[in-house]
This record gives sequence, structure tokens and C-alpha cells, in this order.
Amino acid sequence: MPATEDASPMVRLLSPEGVFAPSESAAEFLPYLDRLTEADYRRFYRDMVVVRRFDTEAANLQRQGQLALWVPSHGQEAAQVGSAHATRPQDHVFPSYREHVVGMIRGLDLVDILRMLRGVTLGGWTPEEHGNFHLYTLVLASQTLHATGYAMGMQLDGATATGNPETDQAVIVYYGDGASSQGDANEALVFAASYQTPQVFFLQNNHWAISVPVTRQSRTPLYLRAGGFGMPGTQIDGNDVLASYAVTAKHLDDARAGKGPALIEALTYRVGAHTTADDPTKYRDPEELAYWVARDPIVRFRSYLRGLGVEQEFLDAVDEEAEDHAADVRRRALDIRSPETNVIFDNVYAEPHPLIDEEKAWLARYEASFEGGAA
Amino acid sequence: MSDTIEMSPAGTPAGTPASTPTVANLPMTKALNAGLRQAMRDNPKVLMMGEDIGPLGGVFRVTEGLFAEFGDKRVLDTPLAESGIIGTAIGLALRGYRPVCEIQFDGFVFPGFDQITSQLSRMRNRHEGEVIMPVVIRIPYGGHIGSIEHHQESPEAYFAHTPGLRVVSPSNPHDAYWMMQEAIRSDDPVIFFEPKSRYWPKGEVNLAESGTPLHASRVVRSGTDATVVGHGAMVSVLLQAADLAAEEGTSIEVIDLRSISPIDYGPILTSVEKTGHLVVAQEAHGFVSVGSEIAATVMEKAFYLLEAPVLRVSGFDTPFPPAAVETHFLPSPDRVLEAVDRALAY
Repeated sequence: MPATEDASPMVRLLSPEGVFAPSESAAEFLPYLDRLTEADYRRFYRDMVVVRRFDTEAANLQRQGQLALWVPSHGQEAAQVGSAHATRPQDHVFPSYREHVVGMIRGLDLVDILRMLRGVTLGGWTPEEHGNFHLYTLVLASQTLHATGYAMGMQLDGATATGNPETDQAVIVYYGDGASSQGDANEALVFAASYQTPQVFFLQNNHWAISVPVTRQSRTPLYLRAGGFGMPGTQIDGNDVLASYAVTAKHLDDARAGKGPALIEALTYRVGAHTTADDPTKYRDPEELAYWVARDPIVRFRSYLRGLGVEQEFLDAVDEEAEDHAADVRRRALDIRSPETNVIFDNVYAEPHPLIDEEKAWLARYEASFEGGAA
Repeated sequence: MSDTIEMSPAGTPAGTPASTPTVANLPMTKALNAGLRQAMRDNPKVLMMGEDIGPLGGVFRVTEGLFAEFGDKRVLDTPLAESGIIGTAIGLALRGYRPVCEIQFDGFVFPGFDQITSQLSRMRNRHEGEVIMPVVIRIPYGGHIGSIEHHQESPEAYFAHTPGLRVVSPSNPHDAYWMMQEAIRSDDPVIFFEPKSRYWPKGEVNLAESGTPLHASRVVRSGTDATVVGHGAMVSVLLQAADLAAEEGTSIEVIDLRSISPIDYGPILTSVEKTGHLVVAQEAHGFVSVGSEIAATVMEKAFYLLEAPVLRVSGFDTPFPPAAVETHFLPSPDRVLEAVDRALAY
């Protein structure tokens, strides 16, 4: 068992075998499960399976030269699906760059994520039109401060802590064990605690920052850091989708009720490579990988659903939907068109800028000067 | 003229009521303060953020009285973390606010450098034009104040080199008053360099009209023999140099750059057409500097107008030295004239 998983305080609702067996620490979160119906459970399962299959398809597209890079989320589906479903429509979500299924749950077309990784845009979508799911941020932990500032804005607007959870807003920001070492992550926790922002810091501890283990990032379990900043911290079994849902739902609703920020550390595992440019066999112990593969979040939840009596037909139908979705993503990814050259210059500034205008005109003249009118 | 000014109420253009004096005699600190106050009255989305800017009014008192007038929801004394200030300002801008961030001293901006150059400057571009980033970062900059390390620097080139940012620097109280309001109205991020050594001398502020757009350079003294260009505190040095030169019969035209990014080359090229000689002066290190950029661009655009190479007068390419020797480091009127003489001797 990895050193970071000492089991004593970790909130877990489902055992690795998929049996409902809440840890003692889970008691305060159990009431939040009452919000879920069996239809929600089926949706959780479906989302995890669909994104796992999508993940494979995207990696294939990269291997076939159709994407510059792919960032797998294999293994982290439960942490992401549970927490994403705990958000409310009025919330804002600030991802890092591995939260594909969070985006999907918030209403993002996963092909939009591929646009950036195919090199046709630096962003890919308009957050306000896609469930307030903000753009991926590639400089680790930068988004933690943007999220905190955004949450400060919610306070200044009076859009939170009015006592109505149906409209009161909150922010959830995703980051990881590697990013937790960044100054920005720590400054965000300072600002959030100081201004008591309506905000949840969702730290996915997937145990590896490319090739560096979490033990190099921290000598203490990461959730314990929250106390030093003056906010509650909860460690969850990040491969337990119900724990992720219940704990995030409580902390988000506490945040929107004016009780301030909280930190959740989801213990999970990056089963795949950091990106398609990485080779984890060079630095990872196969036994560690096997330990986590045996705790696969989808297998666990499938066992639980079977125990509830969910029929095989449903599970098969989900597999089929995932195949169809992946095929559709592949088809549409291959149809992504390159942008016009003017994308270089447009939107650098909101207001006119003579140097940009001059360079844009120069490039147009230069490229028109070639035989046939284009370079 | 008046030492104090009555600000117009919210929604009213500054200085327009008939009862308000249209010209005030103010130090730059108070002109900046008046500009900030007017911007806050004009738009409730304008916020102040920074270290010690609340009840204290900032270490230079530029935000004095704003906390009392607007309260802690609009004048935010922040934790002591520059990246945190800029990063949360970005989030507030995404939410629709117009934050004005004070960096306490030039040398303290670097903890926030990543958020400025990797995030603030690119947010609009990354969002394919779907968002604006109306954030102003005020940086008191430059030497001549005899202070300790990190308190006298001129880091403007780093920001001018960054696409997506606008960089400006007023040289006098009138420009400070107007440029601050224009910077806050801009939908792009603006790095606003305030010349500390010019904080205290008083100057006339026309409260009725600016007269010059934010990104325009301006001839502040006419001359015929050589053109000298600078921004911020350097402008007063250039004017002193022009006075000294006039005593010796040399006529120098002085241009106040005002905007460092973008640079308004119009008045510079017009002047060079007349004088044929150009000297660019700056407190910053000369290597890869704003002066280097102007020299290269004028060479490209006006080679045949020049009768001599464009010369730079800069701080040396060393760390800003101990204050005891800063007068040897900083370009003086005599060093400017030494360069003018070399240019004229060609």
C-alpha cells in the first residue's frame, strides 16, 4: 500500500470490491447520497465508461499523427465524474488539463478538447456557453488563482451565500499533486482562506507528476495542508465515485452557503502515461501499477451496480454507446479544419494595435507575392 | 489654479461642472489619485488591489482616501503575494471586473511575472476573442530616489516584449491623471509605469480634457538640430539637457514617448525628418531595451533621413547599483548631451 494511503481518515463509501461499506469518516457525507437516484448511478457509470473509451480513442489518434499530444485520464474517472456531478449549473469549473469528463458532464463536446491538442486553437470553447467549464490551463496551478479571483467576484456580485442553494454560486478548481508544489496553488489557498471564497479545491493526487512521485512533492498527506491555510481538508478514495460525489457536494454546498473554501484530496492513480510523449515503464514499479489497476474505479462501480441488480443489458448498452461515441469523436476529429492564417493576429488585443496591424498586412502581402497568390 | 480639486460625481466626465476648476496644480501622486478616484466613480466594476493600498493609501499614498470613500469591497488590501494579486485579478476580470493592481515597487513585480506574461497577456487570445482582460498593473519604477535594492529598477522592456500587453508611462501630472483613466477604460491589460522620481513635483493638470490619446507620443519641446526621445522620468532629464544645449546654441527637440507598447512612431519620424539626428534615452539597461527597439525601427523606416546612427543613452548593463553611486549609473543631462554631440559630429 502506498505511503500516502494510510486509510484512517480517508472517506470511502465503496470498498475496492464494490461493496457499500462506508468508512467511519464518511458519516457526515452520507446524507448527500440521498440526492441520488438509481438513474444517477447509471449516469455515473455511463460517463466513466464513455470517457475511458474516448481516452483510448484520443491516444490512438495521437499515435496515428492526428493529434500533437494526448493527456490520458485513465484511472481518474471516479474522482472526476463524482465531483463534476456534485456541481450545480450555476457553478464555475476551472480545470487543469486532464479533466475531460468534467467538461463532458458540464456540457462540453469532447471534440472541442481535441481541437487544442490538434493544434488548431490555443483554447477551444467559450466557457459561458459550455457549462461554465473554463479553458484548460497548461502552466500548472495558474488556474487556481483565476478560480479564486472568480470566486471573489461572485462574492462582490452578491451571487453567493444568499441562502438559496439553487442559485448561490460556487467555484471548483482542479489541480494535482505536482501542481500542489507551485507557489500559485499555495497563494490561491491563502487568498481563498483570507477572503473566505465560495470555492472547493479539488486536488487529484494521481501519485505522479510525470516521473516524479508524490513523495517528492510532500512529506505530509496533501489534505492535511488545508488546515495550515485555515480551511477544512478531506481525503477521499478517489476511485470511489460515490465518495467523490458526496464529499464534493457537501463542500460545494457549504461554500455556496458562505462557509468558505475547502480542499479535497482525491487519492487516485494515473494508470496511463503523463502524456503520449511519456514512458512510465522507465520510472514506475509494475507492482504499484498492478495495485492500482486492481482498484479500477469502473470495475468497482460496475460490481456495486450489479449488486444493486442493474441488468447486464444496461452494462452492454453503455459499452456500445462508448464505442459509438468514440467512433463519432474520431470521425469529427479528422474533420477539424485548420484555422485561417489571420488567427495569428486576431484577438491578441481587443483594441487596435498598429504593430499587429502592420505585421498582419505584411504577411498577407508576402504570402500573396508567391506564384499562385499563396505561400 | 487650485491645489485641491473637487471631483465630479459618478457618471459625470471629470472637470465638466462649471463650479469645478478646470486646471489644478498637483503632484503626480495626487493626479494619479484623482484619476483613480474618477475611474472608480465612473464605473462600479473598477477595483483597487494591492499591498497596503487600503487605510494606508499605499506606500506612496497614491490610493489615499479611496478606501474611505469606496470601502473594502472595492479597495482590497491583499495578502502579500504578487502572483496572487495578478492571478486573482485575472479571475475578477473574467467575472466582469476591472481590477487595478498596485505593485509596491518595480523590483517586486517578478513574483507576478508568470501570471502577467503567461496568463494575463494571453487570456483574450486563448479565448479566441471571447473575453476582455481590462486589468491595469501600476508599477512605481525607476531611480533617483536613493533607495535600496529592488526599489529603483526599470523593467519595462520585459513587458513591452510580451504580446498582448500594453505598456505606458506618464512623465507629468496631467498625463498621469488622464492616462490612468484611459488605461482603466482599455479592454486590454495595461502595465502602467509610474516614475517615482516625478511623483512629487507639481504640474498643471487640465481636468477638462486630455489632449493626447493614451498611445500617442508627443513633442514636448521643439528643436531643429537633434531629436531626443524618452519616457517617464527621463523626459525631465531630456528637457534639462535641451535647456543646457540651447545655451550653447544647439536646438534639441524632445519627444515624450508616453506609450512604450505600442510605440507611436509618427512624431518621432516627423522629427527625425527635420533634425536628422536621434538619441534615445532610458534608465533601463541598454541591451535588448526599448531604446534598442526604437533605434532599430527608425533605422528601418527612416534610414535616408538619418545623418548619423541612432544613439542610445541607458543605464549600464549591470544591476542597479548601490544608491551612493546611482548618479553615475543613471543617464544625466550631460550624458544625453554627450550622445547628442557624438551624433552631431558625424
